[in-house]
Amino acid sequence: MLEVKDLSVHYGVIEAIRNVSFEVNEGEIVSLIGANGAGKSTILKAISGLHQPSNGEIVYEGTAITKETPKKIVEKGISQVPEGRHIFSGMTVMENLEMGAFLRKDKAEVQNDLNNIFARFPILKERMKQDAATLSGGEQQMVAMGRALMSRPRLLLLDEPSMGLAPILIKEIFHIIEEINQTGTTVLLIEQNAKMALKIANRGYVLETGNVVQTGTGKELLESDVIQKAYLGG
Amino acid sequence: MDTFIQQMINGLSLGSIYALIALGYTMVYGIIKLINFAHGDIYMVGAFVGYTMINSFGMGFFPALVTAMALSALLGVLIERIAYKPLRNATRIAVLITAIGVSYLLQNGMLYFYGAGVRAFPQVLENKLYSVGGIKVSQIQLMIFGTTFILMILLQFIVQKTKMGKAMRAVSTDASAAQLMGINVDNTISFTFFLGSSLAGAAGVLVGLYYNTIDPMMGVAPGLKAFVAAVLGGIGIIPGAMIGGLTIGIIETMVSAYGNSMIRDAVVYGILILILIIRPAGILGKHVKEKV
Ligand SMILES: Nc1ncnc2c1ncn2[C@@H]1O[C@H](COP(=O)(O)OP(=O)(O)OP(=O)(O)O)[C@@H](O)[C@H]1O
Ligand SMILES: [Mg+2]
Repeated sequence: MLEVKDLSVHYGVIEAIRNVSFEVNEGEIVSLIGANGAGKSTILKAISGLHQPSNGEIVYEGTAITKETPKKIVEKGISQVPEGRHIFSGMTVMENLEMGAFLRKDKAEVQNDLNNIFARFPILKERMKQDAATLSGGEQQMVAMGRALMSRPRLLLLDEPSMGLAPILIKEIFHIIEEINQTGTTVLLIEQNAKMALKIANRGYVLETGNVVQTGTGKELLESDVIQKAYLGG
Repeated sequence: MDTFIQQMINGLSLGSIYALIALGYTMVYGIIKLINFAHGDIYMVGAFVGYTMINSFGMGFFPALVTAMALSALLGVLIERIAYKPLRNATRIAVLITAIGVSYLLQNGMLYFYGAGVRAFPQVLENKLYSVGGIKVSQIQLMIFGTTFILMILLQFIVQKTKMGKAMRAVSTDASAAQLMGINVDNTISFTFFLGSSLAGAAGVLVGLYYNTIDPMMGVAPGLKAFVAAVLGGIGIIPGAMIGGLTIGIIETMVSAYGNSMIRDAVVYGILILILIIRPAGILGKHVKEKV
């Protein structure tokens, strides 16, 4: 479904990632694990068209989207929940969710999806009219996820959804990610929480200072030396 | 007491005009963090468009107002596309200096075409005076209140309820997140200039009617005062511009009436200095912590 080939991205003269390649197949949850500054968010920015790569190719369903605008990429069915949530402060929870459906014209279906999101995150329905900035971190994460789902993505990119959340909430968020995946959405999940992320993943990649250093199924990686040493203290 | 109410009405008239101009400053600042120093000159061009439409095309008040708004809006969009958009990733000071350059260009362009002389604005509205218990309100003042009121309601509706308005707010708070929603940031910025400049154009025509005269330098002082109004209300906040504009208009009028009209402008700029020291976020501004 998504194929990233030899991707390099620079910020000015700084090289954030070098020759990164990986793929995501339809229906999978793929986890990308890496420490701070490994270049995880950079990869997602490149996929979403927010930052142009200096080299390499991003192929989605057989066509290159490397040079497409963010708008085109959303239209094609890729949606991102950015690191740090980036909800729209000063706008209500409802308005935030509406923004996710910005490009959609099928009003009835949008309403339908909104109901589904409220069913999945009941707290958001209660807080519908509240300024999204006044929500707790966990609730904001739900807004960000709901907002991304409102575009009805076929591929959902999640950038550290567990960041700053209490363990019980992290569990819930990961459970929801699995549910979203089961309803037919392919997921590319970026995490530092390697244990949780690899547990729910079909496959994973380990990124170190801009390079993919290891790949395998979620289970294989969980048991691998790299992960045991660097992330699980084993 | 009567004179006080009378001055209040005069102050509100002037303040409405400042508010219309201040809205453009604040919206543009909200979305690209630029103090658009050419904004006062768009207001001036609006006044000249109104003048030309009435004088040369025999238009009435409303058609002239709408034409001035439309052409000012186009001018604003054009300026943004030509002068500011190529500088999207440049330093803020570079864009600011460009804005000052555009301001001079508009002033001198109009000096070239219309000359430096002050022109009498054609009085399309009969200047009737209504008098209620000793308080006088002119037809033109009523027109200023009415027009400003309608435009503000319309603006609130656009910003709060329409798709483009919501896109504007989204881009203002977080441009990259807005892009992730599929919002075209450039178009949204253009739309913001469109709205803000059309309001400035309307203010230009209203001022022409109110003070009877226009000239190519007329945008400088009101432009600055409207900027003060925007800062007073809280720059980037739409209701703040409305409150700030009315406040500055009232203060300026009261200082002239009860104090000394010579120090009127000094008081307004003094207010700017005071806000910047005491409450830089403005009346409605929240002291926002930088996001981590
Ligand atoms: N806008 C930018 N300008 C310059 N350098 C940047 C920019 N964004 C990221 N970088 C650099 O690129 C590298 C990769 O950053 P990136 O944000 O992709 O890391 P990450 O893996 O997401 O880290 P984290 O887990 O902390 O979010 C880092 O060295 C970072 O300093
Ligand atoms: Mg990151």
